[in-house]
Amino acid sequence: MNDIRLMEMVERYFRDELSEKEKILFQELRRTQPDVDQLVVEHHFFINQMEQFDQDRQFRSSLGEIHNKLASEGKIKRPAGGVKLVYLWNRYKKTIAVAASIAGVTALIISGMITSLTPKTNIKQIENLGRKIDILEKNQNHTRRELYDVKNKIEIPGVPAKFGGTGFLIDVKGYLITNAHVVSKADKVTVQNRSGVELNAVTLFSDERLDIAILKISDSLYKPLNSLPYFINRKSVVDLAEPIFTLGYPRDEIVYGEGYLSAKTGYNGDTLACQISISANPGNSGGPVINKDGEVIGILSTRQTSAEGVVFAIKSSHIFKVLDELKKDSVNLQLKMPASSAVKNLSRTQQVKKIENCVYMVKGY
Amino acid sequence: MDSILTEKELIRGLSLNDKSATERIYKENYQVIQNLVMNNNGSEDDAKDIFQEALIVLYEKSRMTEFVLNCQIKTYLYSVSRRLWLKRLQKNNWYERQSVGIEEVVVVEEDIAFHEKRNSEFGMMESALANVGEPCKSILEAYYIQKQNMQDIADRFGYTNADNAKNQKYKCLTRLKKLFFAQYKNGNS
Repeated sequence: MNDIRLMEMVERYFRDELSEKEKILFQELRRTQPDVDQLVVEHHFFINQMEQFDQDRQFRSSLGEIHNKLASEGKIKRPAGGVKLVYLWNRYKKTIAVAASIAGVTALIISGMITSLTPKTNIKQIENLGRKIDILEKNQNHTRRELYDVKNKIEIPGVPAKFGGTGFLIDVKGYLITNAHVVSKADKVTVQNRSGVELNAVTLFSDERLDIAILKISDSLYKPLNSLPYFINRKSVVDLAEPIFTLGYPRDEIVYGEGYLSAKTGYNGDTLACQISISANPGNSGGPVINKDGEVIGILSTRQTSAEGVVFAIKSSHIFKVLDELKKDSVNLQLKMPASSAVKNLSRTQQVKKIENCVYMVKGY
Repeated sequence: MDSILTEKELIRGLSLNDKSATERIYKENYQVIQNLVMNNNGSEDDAKDIFQEALIVLYEKSRMTEFVLNCQIKTYLYSVSRRLWLKRLQKNNWYERQSVGIEEVVVVEEDIAFHEKRNSEFGMMESALANVGEPCKSILEAYYIQKQNMQDIADRFGYTNADNAKNQKYKCLTRLKKLFFAQYKNGNS
C-alpha cells in the first residue's frame, strides 16, 4: 500500500499537482532516500518511453494512410516497370539488337512468302460482317441503357428488403464485395452505410460458384473516402488459431464479432473456403474477415446449421479471380486497391473505427 | 528565402505529427527515393519501407529541442534513405556496386544509430506490452497514453471504485516495468 501511495505521489509530482507543503516533503524524501530518488528517475524515463512509443506508432500508421491516399490520388506513381526496364535494357542492349535484327529479317521473309502464296480473300465480306456486329452491339448498348434508365427510375421501395447481407469497399469509388447469394435473387439492390443512409447500387458481376458478387454504388449521394484502411490479402495464407474479427449487419446496426481461424478448408473440405469460429447470423454474409494487422483474409459466407459456431469464409484470393473475370468484360474498369494496411499496430477499437466506414449493409428487393 | 521558411514550417508540422505537413513532405520526396531504391535492386515495397523509415528518422530528430536541420529536407531524406538501403543490401549480401546514387549527401550515421537504438527500445516496449496481457495493457494505455482519469477507467473496466482500479493499475505497471527493464538491461549491457 505504501508503494502505491508513493507512486501516486511521484505521478502527481510529474503532473505538478502537489501542494507547496507536499512538494517540500517530497523533495526532502528524495534527498534523504536514494531509492525514492531512483524510483522518480526511473519512472520518468519509463513513462517517457511509453509515450514516445505511442507517438511513434501513431506516426507510422499515419504514414501508411498517407501513402495509400497519395497512391489512390495518383500523386505518387509506381514506376510501371520502367526503371527495371532501363536497367535490363542497358544490360542486354547488344543481345537485344542482334535478336531484333534476326527477327526482323525472318519476319520480312515470312510475310513476303505469305503474300505471294495466299489467294486473295474477299475483303469486302469481312468488312460487312464487322459492321453488322457493330450495329448489333449498338442496339444492345441501347437496350442496355434503356434498361438501366428504367432500373434507376424505380425508387427505393417502401417495402422491407427481401434479402440482406453485408458488403465492404474494395475501391474508394464505391466498388463493394459481397456474397453472390445475397444479391442473386434481388431485382434491385441498395446499400446502407453506418449512419443509415440508403444508396442505390448495381450488381456489376456475380459468380455463383465462388459466391462472390461485385456491386457498384451508383448514387450521387455517395461520398468517396480518401483511402481504404485495410488491404486485401492476395495470397490468402492463413494460419490456424489466427485471431480474426468481422463487422456486419445481422441487424440494423453494425455489429462487431471476434473469433479465430479454426480450419484451413471449408464445408466438406472445400478448398475455396476456410472455417472460422465466430458468432455469425444471417446478415453477416458478405462481411470482411480481417486479421490483427488489418488485412482482409476472407469473406464471411455461410454457416453450418447442424453445428454451433461453425462459420465458413471464402478466401480473399478469390476476390482477385473475380476481379480478373470482371476486367475481361469491361476493359476500362480501373480498381485501385490499397497495397498495405493503414491500421496495422493500432488498437482494435481504433482499427474498427476506421474500418466501419467501409462496411455497408446490402439490401435486395 | 521563402522556401527556407516553408521548410522550417514543414519540419515544425512534422514534429507535431500534422498530417498536411507530413503529406507534403511525403509527396515531394517519395518519387526520388523510390527511384533510388528501385534502381538498385529494390522492389516497390522496399522503397516504401526505406522512405517511411527515413521519414521516421527525420520525425524523431525534429522532436528534439535542440534540433536544427542544416540542409534541405530533400537532401536529408535522400542521405538517410541511401544509407539505410546500403545497409540492407549489405545485410542480404546483395552489395554489388559501390556507387549507389549520385546525389549530394550529408553525414547521417549518428542519426541512424540513434534511430536504431530507438527502434530496439520500442520493440522492447511492444513486446513488454504484449506480454503483460489484458486487461493490464488496456488499463495502462488508458491511463498513461489516453490520459483518462482513474474514475473513468474504473467505470470502463468494471471496477467498483477508483481505488480498486488504482491498485490494479499499480500491479500492472510494476509487471510492465519488470518486463521492459529485463530486456532493456540485457540490451544495453
